[in-house]
Amino acid sequence: MTELIIASVMTMMTAATPLIFAATGELVCEKSGVLNLGVEGMMLIGAVFGFAAVSITGQPLIGVVAGITAGALASLIFGVLTLSLLSNQVATGLALTIFGTGLSALFGLEYVGKTIEQIEPIHIPLLTDLPIIGRILFGHDPLVYFAIVILLITAWFLGRSRWGMVLRAVGDSDQSAHAIGYRVILIRYAAVAFGGAMAGLGGAYLSLAYTPLWAENMTAGRGWIALALVVFASWRPGRVLFGAVLFGGITILQLNAQAAGLGIPASYMSMLPYIATIVVLVLISRDSTRIRLNAPACLGRSFRAER
Amino acid sequence: MFRLEARAASSASAAWLSPLLALTLTAITGAIIFLAMGKAPGLALYLYFVEPLTSWSGLSEVMVKAGPLILIGTGLSLGFRAGVWNIGAEGQFIAGALLGSAPAIYFYQSANPLILPLMVMLGILGGMVWAAIPALLKTRFNANEILVSLMLVYVAELLLIHLVQGAWRNPQGWGFPGTRMFPDAALLPMLFSGYRVHLGTLIALAIPFIVWFVLKRTSFGFHIRVFGSAPLAARHAGIGQQRMIWTTLLIGGGLAGLAGVMEATSTIGQLVPKISPGYGFTAIIVAFLGRLHPVGVLLAGITIAVTYIGGEGAQISAGLPKAVTGLFQGIILFYLLAFDLLTRYRITRVATPAGAS
Repeated sequence: MTELIIASVMTMMTAATPLIFAATGELVCEKSGVLNLGVEGMMLIGAVFGFAAVSITGQPLIGVVAGITAGALASLIFGVLTLSLLSNQVATGLALTIFGTGLSALFGLEYVGKTIEQIEPIHIPLLTDLPIIGRILFGHDPLVYFAIVILLITAWFLGRSRWGMVLRAVGDSDQSAHAIGYRVILIRYAAVAFGGAMAGLGGAYLSLAYTPLWAENMTAGRGWIALALVVFASWRPGRVLFGAVLFGGITILQLNAQAAGLGIPASYMSMLPYIATIVVLVLISRDSTRIRLNAPACLGRSFRAER
Repeated sequence: MFRLEARAASSASAAWLSPLLALTLTAITGAIIFLAMGKAPGLALYLYFVEPLTSWSGLSEVMVKAGPLILIGTGLSLGFRAGVWNIGAEGQFIAGALLGSAPAIYFYQSANPLILPLMVMLGILGGMVWAAIPALLKTRFNANEILVSLMLVYVAELLLIHLVQGAWRNPQGWGFPGTRMFPDAALLPMLFSGYRVHLGTLIALAIPFIVWFVLKRTSFGFHIRVFGSAPLAARHAGIGQQRMIWTTLLIGGGLAGLAGVMEATSTIGQLVPKISPGYGFTAIIVAFLGRLHPVGVLLAGITIAVTYIGGEGAQISAGLPKAVTGLFQGIILFYLLAFDLLTRYRITRVATPAGAS
């Protein structure tokens, strides 16, 4: 029984990790006033390039860097279009997802069915060997800890640092931020690139640690769930962690229920994360003042300097 | 130094020029990608963009593929104009196919000529029901329609798989997932023997003109246009946002459902685990490429269908991966969005005055 609980908590964290990465990146991006719906596409790009890099070099670290870089580069296409060429953010984000799906499918063709070495969990003598809490606290793979570190840094950056305040100002009132003398477009480029890098890392986590293989469309909607998580979290980093672990828990519930043979058809159980996302969105959005108070005021709007 | 100057009215010539520019640049980018893959770019482009148009059977296949794209794209363009982002048309397509196919599955020996009209109506209803969920949750609870409609795509896909593997599986199908083949009375008539163009293709070609007429001549069309371009003015004119969300989603869902049931009752003739090669997502590109204008969507649907069929042909004859088609679709949309700048802004040169920075 304890073994089952430990295993469940471990899987819950690995299921939550890609969501933490992608949602944290998107949160920063949205805080600067930019809505990037391309998360799913960037995750796929990160997943395939990360996998390819490990497949060629055998170095997990290079795979992680490749995923981050690929995601950031993909997000810059979005950046140029929406920030410099003032295209519609919703349409451009959709385009990025369609592009990412196509690019990853094409580039990934020769990697379908190949295997790589999975990123291993850490093992700290004594600590990891502690009963029960040992593995829960000290037995994950390094990227799980990295996700939490990124989240903590983001929370500090947005809440406590000067540049975090500037970024929020850009997202809440771009014209006034511009009038004070901040480079709105440049700051938004940085936020978009960070969002892309984190989505790419989330994708790479899927193909390097979660299931060490590449399959077309392997993200299966996690990019969209990450977008929903940002709304769920009311644009606050702390709640992203809570939401991601909740979704990780739903994934575990689904897997365990299938294994336990409760007689609920597998496809109904597989619907659970998607239906849960809808339910959560409804519960959160019902309170429209809360959304209005927390959402960046300029979210989704193009910025062009008024003299 | 260049500067963007907002145009007073969006330029009509630029609006029609930018899709053509986008297509041209996509072809050039495609040539570079093929070169990088070590394939002859000239031949590859010919296979993608020209070959499907050189034979009657190719043309017929293009029109068969264009049908669903035009239907879904037309519906989506209405919503996009009004700022209602339904991106779950793929799910509404599947829901339409599911509900619409039910009569043919339960009455698989039926020869009643009324079964087909019934199925088509149920198909439209299925798509509308699936689209009503985001409409309800948006209007009632303010839930984002983009995310809700998209999540429902996965739910519809899983429901389809569940049914064709379980309750609806063909008992004589040797365990393969898929329903019984539909009876003849439940199939849309083909137009010419030897070609797969069917009655549904004709309907798909007619719908954009009907929608165009509605947009131009009715107050509802006027409301959509006002709502998309000036939401505040629309509110003052008493055009309700709630009603706009409901109508555009229901029309979009209904047309996607119609496309779904017509696909099931024509070229496939049964339900299988995968009934759409991503029509619902590709139709988003079709809607934008067609400038959210019904007749533009018609032309864009045919254009994209050419690359679909070209992609299939290129895979068979030149071993070019089919995934290239998806990449092309993303690139077309990128270029299109970039050129859109020209319809809304004028690029002017400003002389930098001496001494000023």
